Amino acid sequence: MTIEFMKGNEVIGAAAIKAGCRYFFGYPITPQSELPEYMARELPKVGGVFLQAESEIAAINMVYGASGAGARVMTSSSSPGISLKMEGISYIAGAELPCLIVNIVRGGPGLGGIQPAQSDYFQAVKGGGHGDYRLVVLAPNSIQELSDLVMEGFDIADQYRNPVMILGDGMLGQMMEAVEFREPKKRNLPPKNWATSLNNTSSKKIINSLYIQPKDLENHNLRLHKKYEEIKKNETKYEKLETDDAEIILTAYGTTSRIVSNAIRSLRKEGIKAGIIRPITLWPFPYKAYEEAADRTKAFLTVEMSMGQMIEDVKLGVNGKKPVYFCGRTGGMIPDSSDIVEKAKKILGGEIQ
Amino acid sequence: MAKVKGLALFDEDRCKGCELCTYVCPVNIIVMDNKKINKRGYHPATVTNMDKCLGCANCALMCPDTVIKVEREFVSERR
Amino acid sequence: MKTVFERTKALTPAVMHYCPGCTHGIIHRLVGEVLEELDVLNKAVMVAPVGCSTFIYDYINCHTQQAAHGRAPAVATGIKRVLPESVVFTYQGDGDLASIGTAEIVHAAMRGEKITVIFVNNAIYGMTGGQVAPTTLEGQKASTAPLGRDKSHFGMPIRMSEMLATLESATFVERVSVHSPSNIRKAKSAIKKAFVNQISGEGFSMVEVLSTCPTNWKMTPIRALEWLEDNMIPYYPLINLRNPKEVE
Repeated sequence: MTIEFMKGNEVIGAAAIKAGCRYFFGYPITPQSELPEYMARELPKVGGVFLQAESEIAAINMVYGASGAGARVMTSSSSPGISLKMEGISYIAGAELPCLIVNIVRGGPGLGGIQPAQSDYFQAVKGGGHGDYRLVVLAPNSIQELSDLVMEGFDIADQYRNPVMILGDGMLGQMMEAVEFREPKKRNLPPKNWATSLNNTSSKKIINSLYIQPKDLENHNLRLHKKYEEIKKNETKYEKLETDDAEIILTAYGTTSRIVSNAIRSLRKEGIKAGIIRPITLWPFPYKAYEEAADRTKAFLTVEMSMGQMIEDVKLGVNGKKPVYFCGRTGGMIPDSSDIVEKAKKILGGEIQ
Repeated sequence: MAKVKGLALFDEDRCKGCELCTYVCPVNIIVMDNKKINKRGYHPATVTNMDKCLGCANCALMCPDTVIKVEREFVSERR
Repeated sequence: MKTVFERTKALTPAVMHYCPGCTHGIIHRLVGEVLEELDVLNKAVMVAPVGCSTFIYDYINCHTQQAAHGRAPAVATGIKRVLPESVVFTYQGDGDLASIGTAEIVHAAMRGEKITVIFVNNAIYGMTGGQVAPTTLEGQKASTAPLGRDKSHFGMPIRMSEMLATLESATFVERVSVHSPSNIRKAKSAIKKAFVNQISGEGFSMVEVLSTCPTNWKMTPIRALEWLEDNMIPYYPLINLRNPKEVE
């Protein structure tokens, strides 16, 4: 396999095409516009369809249609545009359709800013849209991982018939790194017999999320819930480094985790035993990793590019056993590893309650 | 017979060097001053021969950055 | 010497952030001059779009509310219904008005909302880097139509003015251009009529202003003026499509 040097937004497109995605519906918004531009150039070359929709709402509904017709399809946007897609995502989840949704997060709320942020965590993992559904949320922290998770994301979506979100940020979208496009582990994906198809004349297919009888809707939700339990069991992914002897465990996802890794290197150099738990799936969240680590460590420090959202899930995992602190920047400001080091030292020195 | 005398005043540091004024001047007296670079890093527009200025304000109308102020008076010409 | 032209006090002294040669500056100025001349600057409420002109509140001296992409006519509706004595206007580009905001503009016009809409049509998406717009001409290149807008894939461009003029309560609809001084004068006259239409209580008014985008059209500002004249005007004719009988 060859190694290429590519920009994050374009890697998403390249990985998607390699994974067999042939349909992209989206709308320009900073900082992800390079992705629809890439798909506009490359999809026609492989017989695919790129369409710039009139809005993000139209785009997600085009995805709903294409997915119902059995295709591997994706859309992308950034924070305000993802907000627009929420109704459509709820419909896709309710109708049990697969698709990939990419959020290159920017500062919010409202029109916000165009610099990187992680303030869409709640939106991604706690709902966003209405109803009892869940999105599988994957959070890469490098261009290589971005490529890997995009490809795996399509497989996860198909295996469980559920929308999957790639939660990136403006930095990941704009930066360039080395990448090798490699196939994910092979899964036994069932054929899409449920999809509308002109080949299968045996029975008519109905793609729908309406269950007007309450008992039917309850059964539908129970069925969805069972699916989500399966996903939790099989797909939870995280990384932990140097946590076994750690006095303080830092935790972060995405690009922030790389800054945290720098902080840990500095702390270890000063003789302070620090480690990191890095969730890779934000839903399902790796609660167990925190539960286990809470027995051995003294404190947790959550670092996010937001006012603190993932910290609530960290606290759920730690379940009161040890204190959980927060350190972060927001609005597009990038945390400094030296600030993180200072905060960790203050926590261990007992200066912070 | 009255003659028109115009005065086009350029606030050079506002100019972005777009050249639209040079295109619409009916007496072609506006040029970009290639010997000068303004605060924004552009060659600002300037008038070469103010005697010919009609005070028509085409330049000011066309300028997207309100760089130009135009004055005008009618001067009676003695025969 | 008499001053025949100077910057209206409706414009702030700020140097606008637009690209050199971008006609937004001209259109902002015309709106400002009209508001000053009609003496309604202190009653004006502007609704800013998402696009290059999102920062218009730094340039025009009046109350402003910034709207989500495409929703300005709806925001303007809320403002005008609460403050009927105010002069409410939106200033929108092709993405804002003709793409994501098509529902909002159609329904504001349908309801005859007494607002004035300034629609800046430069046949491309400026702020986000030159993607295709609903108004992009057939064959015209854009970053998401790299081989040029293809009729079989994306249809033909939308003529918003003609479309909205079919609505009974859209009582003033006119398309103008700003690519030459004489057109700039005509554009100002149309913008003035559009505001008078609102002030006299007639109803909904829109002025579509053909504009250049030298950066994303990838040409010099002067060449862009010529491109507009040669290519846009044949498809988007400069014409008044609706005129209430009483407007002077």
